[in-house]
Amino acid sequence: MRERTEKIRQTAKRLLDEKTVDLVLGHRKGTINSRNAPFFAHKPEDVDMLIWDGNCRNNLANFLVHYKDKRVAIVAQGCVSRNVVGLILEQQIKRENVYIIGVPCLGMISPDKVMESAPGEIVELKEDNEQVILKGRDFEITLDRSGLIRDNCNQCTHRNPVLYDELVAGEVKEQEIADRYGDIGNVEAMSAEERSQFIDELLSSCIRCYACRDACPLCYCPECFVDKFNPQWCGKSVDSRDVLSYHIIRAFHTAGRCTECGACEDACPMRIKVRMISSKAEKDIKENYDGYEAWEGLDAQPPLATFKLDDPQPFIK
Amino acid sequence: MMKYKILKKNDLSAFLDALKERYKIWGPRSEGKQIKFAPISDAGLMCLDKFQNSTMSPKNIFFPQSEIMLSFRRSGEDANIYKETENKPSTKAIFGIRPCDARAFFLLDMIFKNDQFTDTYWFSKRDAATLIGLGCNEPCSSCFCTSVDSHPFGEKGLDVLASDLGDRYLLKVLTEKGEKLLGGLSFLDDPKDTDLAEQKALSKKAEDTLSSKISLENIKSKTVLQLYNQDCWSEVNEPCLNCGTCTYVCPTCHCFDIQDEVYRDGGVRIRNWDSCMSWLFTVHATGHNPRPSKKERVRQRFMHKFKYIPVKRAGEIGCVGCGRCVNLCPVNIDIREVVKTMNSAK
Repeated sequence: MRERTEKIRQTAKRLLDEKTVDLVLGHRKGTINSRNAPFFAHKPEDVDMLIWDGNCRNNLANFLVHYKDKRVAIVAQGCVSRNVVGLILEQQIKRENVYIIGVPCLGMISPDKVMESAPGEIVELKEDNEQVILKGRDFEITLDRSGLIRDNCNQCTHRNPVLYDELVAGEVKEQEIADRYGDIGNVEAMSAEERSQFIDELLSSCIRCYACRDACPLCYCPECFVDKFNPQWCGKSVDSRDVLSYHIIRAFHTAGRCTECGACEDACPMRIKVRMISSKAEKDIKENYDGYEAWEGLDAQPPLATFKLDDPQPFIK
Repeated sequence: MMKYKILKKNDLSAFLDALKERYKIWGPRSEGKQIKFAPISDAGLMCLDKFQNSTMSPKNIFFPQSEIMLSFRRSGEDANIYKETENKPSTKAIFGIRPCDARAFFLLDMIFKNDQFTDTYWFSKRDAATLIGLGCNEPCSSCFCTSVDSHPFGEKGLDVLASDLGDRYLLKVLTEKGEKLLGGLSFLDDPKDTDLAEQKALSKKAEDTLSSKISLENIKSKTVLQLYNQDCWSEVNEPCLNCGTCTYVCPTCHCFDIQDEVYRDGGVRIRNWDSCMSWLFTVHATGHNPRPSKKERVRQRFMHKFKYIPVKRAGEIGCVGCGRCVNLCPVNIDIREVVKTMNSAK
């Protein structure tokens, strides 16, 4: 981690010094133990704030659309690099305006798993290679990092950036995952009533803050369908039908585009497993379109934006 | 007025049972990954031991996220006429409200009432509730209540303050409502002098534990426009996602939007929490938006808490230091850091 941080800082400083880019989008250490913050280095002297560790869960590709007229360097692990590819292919940003500082990723830490492992409030979290040290006011425990990795990172098959201008470390071995969608399969196996109940419970604590949408690099619409008011498309209350509409329609919009970066779940203040819905859409895309996965390179052919005469369509009923 | 009483923890069940005859009991409960204030049928359901504070602020008890104000039906005698929804809240005794959240109620009492109007939706529920606060023996590392006119054992907004003395609670009666709640309960003892001393020591210890301190001195002395025009806002807003998390988890945020929802057989007028972080919050019917970008929206939230409310409400600070937004902001915009920046900017 320390080596990655050092290399990110060096690269960022060089790019800013040489005026190759106007700003570097990276992460800085957060003010609380379980969270880092997106950081915007505009000047060479800002780069010492940049950091790389297991709390870099924000998807920085989310910010690129706000800097369309600038040349931006972005610190990107596998999922984020795929979102950059997506933004380029969806013509939201230009390839020549973005400089990708690729980071082969070892997976991010799950704040939920960390909290569940600690006997009390954690005041300090330290990562030391394969170990994580948690300190509270009256305890200190050391845990294996591998047991604290987020679910989506455990299921990740794209740890290395798919597109980059330079890498800050050697490529890591990609994981071979036998059953990436086990959780989704369990829900699919339920009866319709059980499934409906499952989804209602999943979303019962949603407060419609839209943090999941606002943290997502796919959700760049200037006006989201839930914000449409003339005419209004969706009720505004926390009525379960409107909450469900929001989540389901958002998942439809992310189908075939989602990189399972987990930014939505990470942003949710109510700790809702938002990916239970969007991953179902990803699973369907994968199964129905020859194993397609979103944005694996600049030659990606997103199935829902591409027409072929022999497109499989047995699911159209 | 009796001032202090002792309630043994062993008697907590009996205490709540006795109150049940006169009140609906509410308290903090652990549900899934959240802690929330909810009706309690049994003392054992409350998560008082490992409870620092509820995930969401308890403001929703008096100000639900979605609340029906008026409703109509399509047919019948009063077809298509909006009628007030019956608004007779239950008489509640709410156990375990933290002093920061109670100060937020005190602030919202000021805000939901002026010389012309009283928000009856807020006050009907607020007036029918008696609040038994619980002092914070162990404030969270993100709490900063003492910097914003509150305290781990603060009393503002509460009817009774309970202090956890290990095997017993010291109850301090603060209002007539509180006195009425505790009146006639035989198993309450009178405290010893040592109990009071113990409470004082706990309060001092909690105060010392609070490591986050922020200064508001320059914010107080600067004018609204000086703060408004500071350069810092361009930087502060940069990582903001403009989601509604900070405003919805905040105990003092109180903005709402009123919507008419029409169904096949009737309809409702409903008020929903709204958030100044959303562009939709200020957009005019003409399409003009006086807060067109993230910068204006982010500035609004902090200016409102730390300047506009103090200016309009006799110096009261519009933040109670509960730390929820610190913990839950997805991009770690830490209100303590923002205030430091506001306070130090030229």
